[in-house]
Amino acid sequence: MNTKKRQVNWLHYIISLLIPIALLLNIPASLAAKTDYMLGQQKMKIPANNQATPARIALGKALFFDPRLSGSNWISCGTCHNPALGWSDGLPTGIGEGQQVLHRSTPTILNTGYNRHQFWDGRERTLEAQATGPIQAGVEMNQTMGVLIEELELIKGYKPLFEAAYPGEGISEDTIGKAIANFERTIVSDYSAPFDHWVRGKKDAISASAKRGFELFDGKARCNFCHQGHNFTDDGFHNIGLPNTDDPGRYAIAKIAILKGAFKTPTLRDIARTPPYMHNGAYATLEAVVEHYNEGGKNKSNLSPNMKKLNLSKQEKADLVSFLNTLTDKQKEFSLPILPN
Amino acid sequence: MKIKSFVGIVAGGLILCSQTILAKEFIIDQKDKAFIVNGKLADSYSVKVGDKINFRNMDPWFHNIFSLSDIKTFDLGSYPQGEARPVVFDKVGRVEIECAIHPQMFIEVDVTD
Repeated sequence: MNTKKRQVNWLHYIISLLIPIALLLNIPASLAAKTDYMLGQQKMKIPANNQATPARIALGKALFFDPRLSGSNWISCGTCHNPALGWSDGLPTGIGEGQQVLHRSTPTILNTGYNRHQFWDGRERTLEAQATGPIQAGVEMNQTMGVLIEELELIKGYKPLFEAAYPGEGISEDTIGKAIANFERTIVSDYSAPFDHWVRGKKDAISASAKRGFELFDGKARCNFCHQGHNFTDDGFHNIGLPNTDDPGRYAIAKIAILKGAFKTPTLRDIARTPPYMHNGAYATLEAVVEHYNEGGKNKSNLSPNMKKLNLSKQEKADLVSFLNTLTDKQKEFSLPILPN
Repeated sequence: MKIKSFVGIVAGGLILCSQTILAKEFIIDQKDKAFIVNGKLADSYSVKVGDKINFRNMDPWFHNIFSLSDIKTFDLGSYPQGEARPVVFDKVGRVEIECAIHPQMFIEVDVTD
């Protein structure tokens, strides 16, 4: 572990030296820009009182997949954030209590531990606070916290799990949120995507089309204005002019004009696994997403000024899609927990 | 009456002039989604009452500047690279300033007498 860490540190050191050298030698910008998307440059912020332990992660995993957390005892966090569907649900927008269709799509929880804000509108700052939100939302899991705690107290197998994870703290909204947050922080990219291999120097890891797509992503198509860094997000909020939406988005949280209809920039990691796309599930394919940006957005009301018509050729659009398809990690097995009784 | 109003105008003018002369103007840059003062990352800054700060966008993408602080509420909208927009700090106190587009950008301006 230490040796690995040291190697990674050295890698960073070399990269940080290479960037100014590349700039001085006037090496094409794209060569230097690739390193912007390398792994591990952003550290996950973990609250001091909730550092990861195996017991906390195990408890969080059980709670995450336990449908008894919902009012109906039928919906778990994992019902919508399904590991078999890229930690989302494959639907345009989520489905909640009583089969209600929700207004926003289910975001993947991949790399959500890196996010500075949680939810599409960023209304929570921590995963600890976020995790108990959907459990109690009437349209989602429709559970009352008091009832949930009573129910968990009655499941004998949970007591030792809570005790091992949070000794003496008992079963509470606080410990439920903290445990789920700990589990969610383990759902991260392992940077095994073809793009990562290419960034690390394997020249034939991605196709010529995908390489051209990256140049466009980082240049003419202006995708990098918002999709930045190893997790391909600026942690920002933008109105990208989607059709069929009157959702105020971030504006409901902060009454600043630019935020009307603005939503959080999502990660692009594993993007091929999480269709449909956008906060309202407006597009079924990556081709449709690229076309949306090529047009400079459809709905011009309060549109982000970063959005411009791109005039991409058919080939350029195909190249962008090729590039986006290189951002998906190698498929991994995931085992579901056996829930306590 | 005429003389009185003349004196008043002159006195008023002098006060205005002296404030303008004494007031200083500063630049705070927005670069790499952070606030930069004199080339260094900054999350706080001090000015005197009447001073003006020009918030300048040095990133290729748009930035916003706003504050919802008790002593100063404003929203400068969003503007592109190279453009700066001013804020005059006319009351003593603390003003928390953010970029709505990139909420990790935060700087506190301490306004003193």
